[in-house]
Amino acid sequence: MAMEYSEKVMEHFAHPHNVGTIEDANGIGEVGNAKCGDIMRMYLKIDENEIIEDVKFQTFGCASAIATSSIATDMIKGKPVTEALSLTNKAVVEALDGLPAVKIHCSVLAEQAVKAAVADYYKRKGMPCDICESCDCVHEHIKAGME
Amino acid sequence: MFVYADNAATTAMSKAAADAMLPAMRELYGNPSSLHQKGREANMALMGARETVARCLGAEAKEIYFTGCGTEADNWAILEGARLGAEAGKKHIISDAIEHHAVLHTLAKLEKQGFAVTYLPVHENGLVRLEELAAAIRPDTCLVTVMFCNNEIGTLQPIREIGALCREKGILFHTDAVQAVGHVPVNVVEDNIDMLSLSGHKFHAPKGVGALYCKKSVKLKNFIEGGAQERGRRGGTEAIPGILAMAAALEESCAHLEENMAKVSAMRDKLIAGLSKIPCSRCNGDPDHRAPGIVSFCFEGIEGESLLLRLDLAGICASSGSACTSGSLDPSHVLLALGLPHEIAHGSLRLSLCEYNTMEEVDYILEQMPDIVRTLRQMSPVWLHMLENMEDPYTCS
Repeated sequence: MAMEYSEKVMEHFAHPHNVGTIEDANGIGEVGNAKCGDIMRMYLKIDENEIIEDVKFQTFGCASAIATSSIATDMIKGKPVTEALSLTNKAVVEALDGLPAVKIHCSVLAEQAVKAAVADYYKRKGMPCDICESCDCVHEHIKAGME
Repeated sequence: MFVYADNAATTAMSKAAADAMLPAMRELYGNPSSLHQKGREANMALMGARETVARCLGAEAKEIYFTGCGTEADNWAILEGARLGAEAGKKHIISDAIEHHAVLHTLAKLEKQGFAVTYLPVHENGLVRLEELAAAIRPDTCLVTVMFCNNEIGTLQPIREIGALCREKGILFHTDAVQAVGHVPVNVVEDNIDMLSLSGHKFHAPKGVGALYCKKSVKLKNFIEGGAQERGRRGGTEAIPGILAMAAALEESCAHLEENMAKVSAMRDKLIAGLSKIPCSRCNGDPDHRAPGIVSFCFEGIEGESLLLRLDLAGICASSGSACTSGSLDPSHVLLALGLPHEIAHGSLRLSLCEYNTMEEVDYILEQMPDIVRTLRQMSPVWLHMLENMEDPYTCS
């Protein structure tokens, strides 16, 4: 099963950006599960102006999973929370110059990880959150698609 | 450094194989079925190749049928075994959980056609247990198919004993010996084998050639209809260049079997010892019944594809049983059959050596691996979670 990864994907895989944790994060989201082979965890530090002042990630997964989470952090760092919410997996894939078809679900996971972290931020602030309708594991959708 | 450690996937052609192939391409170009001198020349070479392969397996030349690959030989043998069984009113087959997909998918096809298949479990070390095989045998069992050596974890099954049991019960015994031929001793008479599949590109012959050994007492029927090639059993002009190369490669491997086994197992053992020093790792398979060159490890907290690509960036070619590398959502069925949980099976690595590898290359792999594992673990939420619950990460407890 041959797989062509773009230079951007390999770059983010070999030298991922923003790996780590944030001690005083005010939004943490984790998606995926080890059974499926993909887990992404996003830490957000959002300031009083609702700007994402810092973001870090951890990922258990393949090169695509690492690359999509890495670039997602770049795409939301320094941006307002509302912009992070409008991040789409398509934008992630484009930013990486494309992903093999079988790996597109990794970009969906990255989008979900960001949204889960934002949802957590809202929850902690006691604000209403309507992000959660896409919170079930993206792998369930793949499984359903494969059946 | 560049290290090719994926010999279980395929091997580089040997000089002997390439040397046998070249004249076959430009001079020995006749069709062995032609009456004229060019044809006779090619036919003589074909006969010689067949004798060589037979000799290396302890078989007779007329029991060797050249195929396009090991997969074809597996399909042929199993479908034939099933057909012969059905003719006698017997439609039960016994195999095991860690066979190659060439076997498993053929069995699945037969199940759809009304055959019953029992897949023996392999337990923690990947070995089939004779008592369990004996217990699974029914009056309507017509075929047993168990692979000689597993491609993923290198486990060597008790083929001789399985063959003896099948002989005793009058049941046809087939073995997929694709990973074994050319690497460990294989003798179809001593090992009580009725049918055997092999594949050239696993022992330094080119891709595109394999063979089926079928004991002469078994009434084999055609797999492919057409001309009278392969004693009328497999239509299609014989792949002379590949076949000659395969015979030369097999002859060479068998001539150097003992010394290659010693050399390769020494490298394998050093690799296993070194990789075992990485905390929270496990070596898969049986320590006593293991192919000389196959090393299968699981590293907790990280995923196989990212491990492979990091190794690739360091110049090391290997493979993995993770889901991402299998193209499905499940990691390798072999690792799951050992009882490994999904999370651990995803973090698998297979390194497979041959006599062309060197100790220097092994040392290089051992130099690179700890850092690669450490880097991937440092960015893994699974590993970080494990660390929180561990007293001593160095002993993984």
